[in-house]
Amino acid sequence: MASEQPSVPAKAKLWNRPGFRALVFQVLLVAVLLYFGLTILGNTLHNLEQRGISTGFGFLNNEAGFGIVMSLIEFNESHTFGRTFLVGLLNTVLVSFLGIILATILGFLIGVARLSRNWIVSRLAAVYIETFRNIPLLLQILFWYFAVLAQLPRPKQSIGIGETVFLNNRGLYMGAPVPEAGFSMTIAAFFIGIIATFFIARWAHKRQDATGKQFHTVWAGIGLIIGLPAVVFLFSGTPLAWDLPVLKGFNFKGGMVIIPELAALLLALSIYTASFIAEIVRSGILSVSHGQTEAAHALGLRNAPTLRLIIIPQAMRVIIPQLTSQYLNLTKNSSLATAVGYPDLVAVFAGTTLNQTGQAVEVIAMTMAVYLTLSLLISFYMNWYNKRKQLVER
Amino acid sequence: MMKKNYLAVAAIASAVLISSNANAGTTFDAVKKKGFVQCGVTTGLTGFSAPDDKGNWTGIDVDGCRAVAAAVFGDAKAVKFTPLTAKERFTALQSGEIDMLSRNTTWTLTRDSSLGISFAGVNYYDGQGFLVNKDLGVKSATELDGAAVCIQAGTTTELNLADYFRAKGMSYTPVTYDKSEETVKAFEAGRCDVLTSDQSQLYALRLKLKSPEAAGVLPEVISKEPLGPVVRQGDDAWFKVVRWSLIAQVNAEELGVTSANIDDMKKNSTDPNVKRLIGLDGIKGEGLNLDDAWAYNIVKQVGNYGEMFERNVGMDSPLKIARGLNDLWTRGGLQYGTPIR
Amino acid sequence: MSKFVPQPDLPAPITNVGVIGWLRNNLFPSPLDTAMTLAALYFLYLYVPPLFDWAIFSADWFGDSRDACTSGGACWVFVSVRFKQFMVGLYPDAEVWRVSTAAVLFVALMIPMFIKGFKHKAWLGAFILFGFPFIAFILFSGGSFGLELVETNMWGGLFLTLVLSFVGIVAALPLGILLALGRRSSMPIVKSVCVVFIEFWRGVPLITVLFMSSVMLPLFLPEGMNFDKLLRAMIGIVLFQSAYMAEVVRSGLQAIPKGQYEAAKALGLSYWQSMGLIILPQALKLVIPGIVNTFIALFKDTTLVLIIGLFDLLSMIQSASQDAKWLGFEIEGYVFAALIFWVFCFGMSRYSMSLERKLETSHARN
Repeated sequence: MASEQPSVPAKAKLWNRPGFRALVFQVLLVAVLLYFGLTILGNTLHNLEQRGISTGFGFLNNEAGFGIVMSLIEFNESHTFGRTFLVGLLNTVLVSFLGIILATILGFLIGVARLSRNWIVSRLAAVYIETFRNIPLLLQILFWYFAVLAQLPRPKQSIGIGETVFLNNRGLYMGAPVPEAGFSMTIAAFFIGIIATFFIARWAHKRQDATGKQFHTVWAGIGLIIGLPAVVFLFSGTPLAWDLPVLKGFNFKGGMVIIPELAALLLALSIYTASFIAEIVRSGILSVSHGQTEAAHALGLRNAPTLRLIIIPQAMRVIIPQLTSQYLNLTKNSSLATAVGYPDLVAVFAGTTLNQTGQAVEVIAMTMAVYLTLSLLISFYMNWYNKRKQLVER
Repeated sequence: MMKKNYLAVAAIASAVLISSNANAGTTFDAVKKKGFVQCGVTTGLTGFSAPDDKGNWTGIDVDGCRAVAAAVFGDAKAVKFTPLTAKERFTALQSGEIDMLSRNTTWTLTRDSSLGISFAGVNYYDGQGFLVNKDLGVKSATELDGAAVCIQAGTTTELNLADYFRAKGMSYTPVTYDKSEETVKAFEAGRCDVLTSDQSQLYALRLKLKSPEAAGVLPEVISKEPLGPVVRQGDDAWFKVVRWSLIAQVNAEELGVTSANIDDMKKNSTDPNVKRLIGLDGIKGEGLNLDDAWAYNIVKQVGNYGEMFERNVGMDSPLKIARGLNDLWTRGGLQYGTPIR
Repeated sequence: MSKFVPQPDLPAPITNVGVIGWLRNNLFPSPLDTAMTLAALYFLYLYVPPLFDWAIFSADWFGDSRDACTSGGACWVFVSVRFKQFMVGLYPDAEVWRVSTAAVLFVALMIPMFIKGFKHKAWLGAFILFGFPFIAFILFSGGSFGLELVETNMWGGLFLTLVLSFVGIVAALPLGILLALGRRSSMPIVKSVCVVFIEFWRGVPLITVLFMSSVMLPLFLPEGMNFDKLLRAMIGIVLFQSAYMAEVVRSGLQAIPKGQYEAAKALGLSYWQSMGLIILPQALKLVIPGIVNTFIALFKDTTLVLIIGLFDLLSMIQSASQDAKWLGFEIEGYVFAALIFWVFCFGMSRYSMSLERKLETSHARN
């Protein structure tokens, strides 16, 4: 809508002045919204009081009294409801983080395969995309959980790979590294590697700008980030022990475990989201006109540098915004965890905690606030990114 | 044109879908007026409330609702059922979506005092137990250290379980699901070693296993779970109807009145207690604002407590649960009919 | 002097055209491609024949109990026995004709929409969106015109899935248009109210919205008043969907050249006239593909009602696979559901793509 207002003769009736109308309309809107909001608030307070439901956030300090199958921080039934919020939040973050990594890798692979000149590979990629994006995510989660993972053997018949990895229907059990004294040196070396790489990259960039000489930052970086800690690790006497899973009583004890709920959710989330990412990658690469490739070749660039220096940076401008919104979708979709009992924020906090305390308003509000904050942060970041990367035309 | 149609749909939709009983204090009148009892039940738990292939509901909780309908309308069929998850049940009752909740719900102080609801009695004395596969060789719950346990989320069961293992100094892995059907499925698949729930439910859930004989219920009962019908708080007239419908059934069993012999009893019985129950003598339905034949209708159409029990969960049902605590007090159980006089 | 007679062109070498040429260009252009092709073929060989064998050749199709499933392939008996429940849930047998009638009516109404020469598409479209739901509601719910009342808790299966997604779109559209207009308004309060509304619903997962509508909505209402469970879910879905719809409509509004707005103003049209007569008809036409895409997303998202205990298609299948008589057939159930969802979503996405192509040419601006 155009914002400039036509000049109205001063004598026009008050009611016919756009400014006045807008004012009245907005005042009315505010009044209606206020009335609506206050009515809801009034009803809610009345209902809560009438039904003797307690209010406020005091419940967060009460003892939860129930256990949670998986937690990144220490948790048992004597901890508080407030802590269940934290446990759920961390589990949501974990599954989203892993899901984003897997979906990105898979999505880029499929997207590139879709563009392959190899007919059969590109067809297979197309079939993948059209199959998985057209089947509801919840159905896929249930399929993986109840139809596939449930058929794994029981703990006593676990599929073992060596003495360190066991797969059964309780999850994937792996040895867990236990750092011993002196391991902190390796960690320090790792960070030093990262910082050094950062400075080398800056220096290489400057030198290339100035002299045109190129420097293999990637290899140097890999050497510093992986090689340096490895050397330090070996010289400090390999200060790392392994906590191996052992079959004891009903189940394996010790080590790390990926529970089937997490696995099913992760599989479904990344496979589903990858089908969207693949399409994004494809359209991103296609959006860079072929002339760019030809121009690069004419300048004497080979295929690999053309892709790396010309195509990908331009494609990324199209890909990144859409990719971010897929990441956000994945995070929101991880709330479907509740269908298979993975203890994410919605399952633990908006599920069990809500049931045990009965304080629906507070619990749902807190849960929604988490997701809302997340998506606001991401959209701020996106706006910032778009501004920075916008094509500056002369 | 577009807008108008749209509004019309909205208007009709709201007229049909929105039920409004303006006065929360008079469920009894509202029920009388609409002609049926809206009853909240489970989404499907054999023996308590479960729909068959055709959508007809059966079970001991369902019969509780039917008894109330028989008392109020003289027609046990004047009931409509709303299937509810554990999570929704209290909200549904509080908001007036249903008139009574008969959904194997445990009577506890917290619920009775802080949710704005009242428990009208106990139609089943239950307790939490454990179901394990027999080939595990576990004989007692004390051997369950380190086990993975399947539970339904958001129930008292979850809390009892934590308390029990904590008290015994044992560890466990809780595997929780929203619906009890899912807990069975997971138990069947071997996701957990133990399934825990109220014992009656365990018997019902066991039937959903591929080979029910292969699983057994452990002897330990780790909690008291008196289950009963629930109504909104502060609604005395309705509360009493629900409470006495159940009591009438227990009294009928004590007096040996069944749906089969009640007509005969009505004609021939000289027992003053029977006469009062059937409504030939005494206070009849007056105090409850019900028809004189209210108890007669319950027993005639739904049966006495024993019949209801045996038909749904007892020996005449696939569950085959013994009467145990739910036997009459005269036979060592806890069911005790408050006198009708 | 002999005249130069050009030799006729030789045909391209056999290795470059025809089947061989195609194979060379598309499957074996380089060693790497050859390796990939062979790997892909091996993959197909490994999985496709067993899949077909399981799903079709050694599957059991007929029977009425699990005893009919003996061959080791898929047991489609599970689906055929429960077919009615998967389609309409617990809807009474005697009344199923009402659902079928509505479905037939809907298809009959949709057919002219695909006929090229049909003149009154706009009116018919409006009727499908805003008149048909009215008829369908009377048919489904009953309670008037001599039809028996069918409680919404008997509604289920694919029928419920379709009802939820259709209502979600139809009711969200007008709300979405208003929100989109509001978001582009020059009135600061209107604009910020709309922005907050849209961003709020877009920022939270649908499942929390459904939780909210099932446990919190009853608290918002005056005492004694309450909504049907299905209606509550619908309210949640519509609010949620309207925010997405608003963004789709907004993209259409942004695509209309500024000249259109100015021309409308120059003609002396009021805001609502210029929107209703000039801008929205063009913008909405532009965003039809976008609306179809939102519909696809919503169609898939309706499966979430499983979590709040409504019996849509997926939920029906989930509970059927928990029946003791039919344990162990969840794969068949899920595959069946996946197939139905896939057919709907794939069909609609193709439709939206063809629309996109068609509308692009008719609205070429550069």
